[in-house]
Amino acid sequence: MIELENVAYSYGGGELLSDISLKLAPGSFHFLTGPSGSGKTTLMKLCYGALLPTAGHVKFFNTDVRALTRDDVAMLRRRVGVVHQDCQFLDHLPVSENIALPLHVSGRSAEAQGEDLGDLLNWVGLTERAGALPAELSGGERQRAALARAVIMSPDVVLADEPTGKVDWEMSQRLLRLLIELNRMGKTVLVATHDLSLIRATKAHLQARVLRIASRRIQLAGADL
Amino acid sequence: MKSVSSILARFLHSDAQADRVVPQSGFTAQLTLFAAGAMAFLAVFALALSLAAGRLAEQWGNELARSATIRIAAPAEQQQAQTDAALHILETTRGVAQARALTNEEQAALLAPWFGAELELDTLPVPRLIEVIETSEGMDAAGLRLRLSAEVPGAVLDDHSRWRAPLVKAASRLRLLGWASIILIAAITAAMVTLAANAALAANAQVIAVLRLVGATDNYIAQAFIRRFTLRALIGAAAGMVLGMIAVLFLPRGGDETASFLTGLGFQGVHWLLPLLIPPLAAGVAFVATRMAARRTLEGLS
Repeated sequence: MIELENVAYSYGGGELLSDISLKLAPGSFHFLTGPSGSGKTTLMKLCYGALLPTAGHVKFFNTDVRALTRDDVAMLRRRVGVVHQDCQFLDHLPVSENIALPLHVSGRSAEAQGEDLGDLLNWVGLTERAGALPAELSGGERQRAALARAVIMSPDVVLADEPTGKVDWEMSQRLLRLLIELNRMGKTVLVATHDLSLIRATKAHLQARVLRIASRRIQLAGADL
Repeated sequence: MKSVSSILARFLHSDAQADRVVPQSGFTAQLTLFAAGAMAFLAVFALALSLAAGRLAEQWGNELARSATIRIAAPAEQQQAQTDAALHILETTRGVAQARALTNEEQAALLAPWFGAELELDTLPVPRLIEVIETSEGMDAAGLRLRLSAEVPGAVLDDHSRWRAPLVKAASRLRLLGWASIILIAAITAAMVTLAANAALAANAQVIAVLRLVGATDNYIAQAFIRRFTLRALIGAAAGMVLGMIAVLFLPRGGDETASFLTGLGFQGVHWLLPLLIPPLAAGVAFVATRMAARRTLEGLS
């Protein structure tokens, strides 16, 4: 689905990532960990085409990202749901419209949007908050709304960058359960986090591969959980 | 390259919800409305000026081209005989529809602005004037001059070409100036809309980032801005056009011939419909300007 081959990424004269190879196979669950500033977010951005590698190859569904136009990348992003650490909403639109945004930009009808949206709001527990503006939501509600938006197109891959970074333990567990549920539905999931307790908590539920970025390179972090 | 029709079709089919993804921004909205309105107002006047100058050029050209004057400057005792001889020649000249000698009263009226109304023509050696009206085919001025010089030594033919040409040229230039003004107004409108669109795009960089994150294509993002700026230009230009037409409608009418140019400014007949083209043209200019600005910005943000 998404494959990185000997990828390097440099910025401002310095190399942030070096010789990264990673393959997100269908239905797999990966954690990406490492200290702050190690390049987790950069690697996530490489995985959904927001950045281009300075060396090596990134393949989206078997196509090299360099061979894609911006519109091609946009179309492929509809198959990759992204949850940002800071959520990134349109602040002037209510939560329901923010969640439905991927459906709208892909030209889905209002009726289809309504059906999918209702189910999803219920799934993430935000039915009562559908009309609220993003600024009126708590941290956990924002993360759940971002997750709902990421999966509303029923993507093949879900990329979550520090989804539990700004929420309490209970909420992080709730978000983790939603991610596990997605993986059981056959979605490929990659979660970037520096929270090792989150990784340990996953152990009881499923097999996940833990990758660690250290010294600009990626390595398997010990045995699978 | 996609055809204009497919671009317009996409524009017309983009729904109102697409507009909502970009927040309303008061500054750029007001700037576009005001610029389009002011430019449309000026365009109405430029159009009125151009059309009036065109009418004037045509009128002067037609009137002066069909008339000529023969001046009989002869000793007093020969003046009548030479006048009669000239009239006789004119009767047999092809292309002359009508010829007559001006009466003393008519000549006195022509000289009145300089010598006063009490002028006695007998006291001055004033030449006799013969007014010649040509047929639509026109006469052979050079041939007539030759005949007059042979048979009427005191006759001088003036076919008005000396002063007709610069008048018609001036009116034509004025018409050209009017059209050039309209083109400049369109260019300024495009520049203003481009500035406003660039400001809106820069202010909404975060919105664009979110739209790209969820899989929006450049066309989708651009449409949200294009539609908004095009509609603003259309509304602003429509208001400016209405105000401009009202102003033209209330311009003074009538007056004597010396003021005919100023009092003739405005529209006549079917020309009143021409300003209706200004709002759609302004919208077209805004459409193209915003599209180019959006394309450039979106490429820069990639």
